[in-house]
Amino acid sequence: MAKNKPEKDLRFERFGTKGFTATTKVNDFIDRLEAGQVCGTKCPGCGQRFFPPRADCPDCSGAGPMEWFQVEGEGKLATYSVLRYAPQGFEQDLPYAIAVADYGDYKLFGRLSHFGPEIEPGCPVTTRAVSLPDGRVAYEFVPQGQQ
Amino acid sequence: MGRVAIIGVGQSAFVRGYPGSIKELAFEAFREAMDDAGLQRGDIQGSLICSAPEYDRQRSPAGVIAEYCGLNPQPTAYVESLCCSSTTGVRMAYGMITGGLHDCMMVLGFQKMSEITSAETQERMGRGADIQWESPFGTMMPAYYAMFARGFLHRYGASEEDLARIRVKAATYGQINEKAVYRKPVSLEQCMIADPVADPLKVFDCCANADGSSALILASEEKVRELGIEKPVWLMGLGSASAPVNLALRDEFSGFDVARQAASQAYGMAGVGPKDIDVAEVHDCFTIAEMMAYENLGFAEPGGGPELIRAKETYKDGSIPVNVDGGLLSKGHPIGATGGSQVRTIVLQLRGEAGAMQVKDPAVGLVHNVGGVGLYANVLVMGR
Repeated sequence: MAKNKPEKDLRFERFGTKGFTATTKVNDFIDRLEAGQVCGTKCPGCGQRFFPPRADCPDCSGAGPMEWFQVEGEGKLATYSVLRYAPQGFEQDLPYAIAVADYGDYKLFGRLSHFGPEIEPGCPVTTRAVSLPDGRVAYEFVPQGQQ
Repeated sequence: MGRVAIIGVGQSAFVRGYPGSIKELAFEAFREAMDDAGLQRGDIQGSLICSAPEYDRQRSPAGVIAEYCGLNPQPTAYVESLCCSSTTGVRMAYGMITGGLHDCMMVLGFQKMSEITSAETQERMGRGADIQWESPFGTMMPAYYAMFARGFLHRYGASEEDLARIRVKAATYGQINEKAVYRKPVSLEQCMIADPVADPLKVFDCCANADGSSALILASEEKVRELGIEKPVWLMGLGSASAPVNLALRDEFSGFDVARQAASQAYGMAGVGPKDIDVAEVHDCFTIAEMMAYENLGFAEPGGGPELIRAKETYKDGSIPVNVDGGLLSKGHPIGATGGSQVRTIVLQLRGEAGAMQVKDPAVGLVHNVGGVGLYANVLVMGR
């Protein structure tokens, strides 16, 4: 960690429209997201890939720090929903869609960039990092043909 | 291991904006269960108090509720597993009784959802998920169940009308349940033209929030005999399972494996199968939840749920009556009280005391109670 960083590493607070968690051992996820990369972690011991990223492998003891891998290529839209009401702090985003994208080895939970009757489960999606107002960062799934 | 019976049941009316404190709300169900069992408060050797704490202002509600019900100095503790807190309480009490710690226990579930302001509710709704990796996207319960609804409808070619039919059934029985919060009929058309909440779920696909309490008294076989209980209802099978919170870690979006596992355990322990169930209470916080339960409990083959409701097989006179008390959809869903209320309905059914809601001579009943979006599930099989 660089010397000029604050004592408390609150980078994760900037994740999504509204943050609920400030400190986590996988804070580097935010720096990677700012650099345009959506990343999960990989256990150096057993090679398992994790999304969401985690700091600890549930199966390996003492395998050393997790490695990062980038979410790349096409996944499949597993399912989604379009919200017409939102919890506090998300009202200005309405209507918006939350979704699960399936990459085979792992899945991601996040926002879907486009929705409508033509977007169905099974539809190919890619995942991209997005910048939000006030220096916040997130990622979203983009259906094929909507880039 | 000795048997355990439910010997007393109670429930407050489920209402909007209960005009009293949480202690007074809990006491309503407590009093009814005590009168039902014919017990004095000294007979209760321990209590488990169940609710979802995000709606409580009171810290550690078990203390004030045990105090108000006169259950000191007996041990008490708080049990939480979201919407299935009170069936988790049943599971724990069962273990404590069969383990020999107590031979008569109270499981008291309550929720005063109006205890906090609607702004506070809005704020808490956003945290009903993995707050690190899901909540920052703006999640809430109807949207999660809507994701399962989309998955189910897509996989099986079912329609939104099929989901609406479940609400029409719930409203049929909510009208005749004096303790239900929503007592009006609902037509298929009303369901279909209602405002969307989270596509594809609309207003009538969602349960009614309510304040309410439920109370169950559990006793060992020896105690049942000692007290001379006339109509004990025996806990024949108990199943319970958990699943990842984050939907990124789930494998399926058209059913809950957690419910399948809990059901399989409960059927195995009871030595019965889905065809032996005469009456069931399933967790219908949303219409899709009941639809998935039909299959997860084995009442229908995968994809067979829509046909089950179209043929009205889950109505009172059908082959497997489900939620003939109005369910969470019409009776209401005061989170911590819900499981206990489901158990109460089945106990009354098995005793033949369910009044206008009574199904014909049931011998074996089932309760399916789910916490979160298929995060926790409890299944109970009960018999006379």
